[in-house]
Amino acid sequence: MKRKVVSVLLCAAMVSAMMVGCGGGSAAPAEDASAEASEDASEEGGTITVGFSQVGAESDWRTANSESMKSTFSEENGYTLIFDDAQQKQENQITAIRNFVQQEVDYIVLAPVTETGWETVLQEAKDADIPVIIVDRMIDVSDDSLYTAWVGSNFKLEGQKACAWLQAYADAKEMDEINIVDIQGTIGASAQIGRTEAFDEAAQANGWNVVGQQTGEFTQAKGQEVMESMLKSNDNINVVYCENDNEAFGAIDAIEAAGKTVGPDGDILVMSFDTTNAGITDTLSGKIICNTECNPLHGPRVAEIIEKLEAGEEVEKQQYVDEGIFAYGSDVPEVEVDGEKFEVTEVTQEVIDGRAY
Amino acid sequence: MKNLKQKMTGNSFLLIITVVLFLIMYGAGMVIFADKGFAKPQMFLNLFISNAGLLVMSMGLTIVMIAGGIDISVGSVTALVCMVCAKQMEQNGASAYAAVLIAIAIGLAFGLVQGFLISYLDIQPFIITLAGLFFGRGMTAVVSKDMISITNKTFLAWANYKIYLPVGSYSKKGNFIPAYIYPTVIIAILIFIVIALIMKFTKFGRSVYAVGGNAQSAMMMGLNVKRIKLKAYLLDGFLAGIGGFLFCLNSCSGFVEQAKGMEMDAISSAVIGGTLLSGGVGTPFGTVFGVLIKGTITSLITTQGTLSSWWVRIVLSALLCFFIVLQSIFASLKKKG
Repeated sequence: MKRKVVSVLLCAAMVSAMMVGCGGGSAAPAEDASAEASEDASEEGGTITVGFSQVGAESDWRTANSESMKSTFSEENGYTLIFDDAQQKQENQITAIRNFVQQEVDYIVLAPVTETGWETVLQEAKDADIPVIIVDRMIDVSDDSLYTAWVGSNFKLEGQKACAWLQAYADAKEMDEINIVDIQGTIGASAQIGRTEAFDEAAQANGWNVVGQQTGEFTQAKGQEVMESMLKSNDNINVVYCENDNEAFGAIDAIEAAGKTVGPDGDILVMSFDTTNAGITDTLSGKIICNTECNPLHGPRVAEIIEKLEAGEEVEKQQYVDEGIFAYGSDVPEVEVDGEKFEVTEVTQEVIDGRAY
Repeated sequence: MKNLKQKMTGNSFLLIITVVLFLIMYGAGMVIFADKGFAKPQMFLNLFISNAGLLVMSMGLTIVMIAGGIDISVGSVTALVCMVCAKQMEQNGASAYAAVLIAIAIGLAFGLVQGFLISYLDIQPFIITLAGLFFGRGMTAVVSKDMISITNKTFLAWANYKIYLPVGSYSKKGNFIPAYIYPTVIIAILIFIVIALIMKFTKFGRSVYAVGGNAQSAMMMGLNVKRIKLKAYLLDGFLAGIGGFLFCLNSCSGFVEQAKGMEMDAISSAVIGGTLLSGGVGTPFGTVFGVLIKGTITSLITTQGTLSSWWVRIVLSALLCFFIVLQSIFASLKKKG
């Protein structure tokens, strides 16, 4: 019986090995044929293949980012998207990019897990003449020519818009003084650097009284902890500048636990960034008075770059996505940063329903 | 004939299944994704390029598993090696050669401490190496919480040195592109060959099989079981250090989250390659195919392009179950005689 099983399996092994052998042989001409076919297709304006290596699906923001890519690079729009989720691992992204190079995709889009360690694999893409577009986080490479363009958020501008809004709101409401706390993001993250820089400049320029400045590490728990300790040592705080929504949720909890109120008629105004769905819902109720967007919808801007490259045009190396500013009420219709005007959107249920994320 | 049959039901049969499975998977990929470049030699070589570090680590795992143990610290050792090498080269001006020594020293230190505790104090290897896993990851964060990019010239020259092979493929534009590998691949393959020879032809290698098969009877045969176990863990640590360095050559950076869960990839590669968790059975050759199968699944799913990459894990888990069930069937057949 055993002998039978063994011999059957051995036969199967031999047959499959032969099949593989044949498959390997016949694959070569097939590849040539399809290579010609795809070349013809691209000459006739056929589909453009884009390989996208995404960090993962760790947050709503990330999911919205992936969805934006998938809907932009759809077959109806003339693209074939090869999507790879790296599960937060850089080595998976490196493997995926190598795979894209062998597939000879037309463009590689990379949302890097880490800022470092891309030299080798991007050099391989460059050697294969495949343009690489970086989205979201920036990468740290010694040779700029390893990527064609970068698309992401302008964190400093986000901060400037929020600060301009606060000053305009204070003027409109005739607030006597601004005693403000800055709950910073994770120190060293690009979002923290940009938003804190804008805050520091605005506080100095407008003469705000900065009561405290400490990191909340972009988390709700730490945001709450920081706010609690700030409230214990100061009772004159009337504005909190949180560098993301999670910190804002923590800060609101801390304020309410201390017996104070948040909102336009309350004791303390809470400002925030990112406009996640939960965040903007709090803006609708006024708990978060002003929420500045960190737009995850990178797809259209990346597609714009690819269209330009297809037409043989030069593209700008650094490109920012458009980002809005959302507020409770309509006290401030627009803000001005460096001479440029930005419209402030008053949050209503329709605004929330109409958003893609 | 009876002799052959007995041999077939043992290690070699599991090995044949692994090899055949790999050939079928890769062959299917070549046929289905021929237009997506799967038939290119470079696609095959990429399996080695991307998994050179894992391959070396899996060799270490194979040895300790044959000896009846386990080591789940190798992913953390990798992270620590990457971080310390990156920090020493970037901030303290160490040379790339020194970094190699650092990597080996870290690996050996882990191997020595873990091996000593496991063999001489007779503590469960799982617990000891779990402690090693936490310690390694924790130390990595202590060394630096920041991401460190390696810019050392010698190091990058090693990492980016392409060795062209006399094979290649034509691109869609009709240019001939020679296939290439990196030095990491050659090192990994050399290490595999050396380990395979050690396990097959040296006294130490055969002792490891004996200890893993049945420690009691190995002792009665006059083998120094404790010392053999210690040596196995030392060798495993050494390989983890080298594997970590090869991984570092691939990623060129150090940061805390690096190589998380890699120990599990190494263990599953060894198991798929025919290594028994209970010890005594397994070959470095099989493990190579275990690694290749894991690489091929990743490759197939990335090339397919629309499946979620989490399917890699699902397929791997299915394969693991398949092989473990097979192993237990063979174990029970063996018992019956």
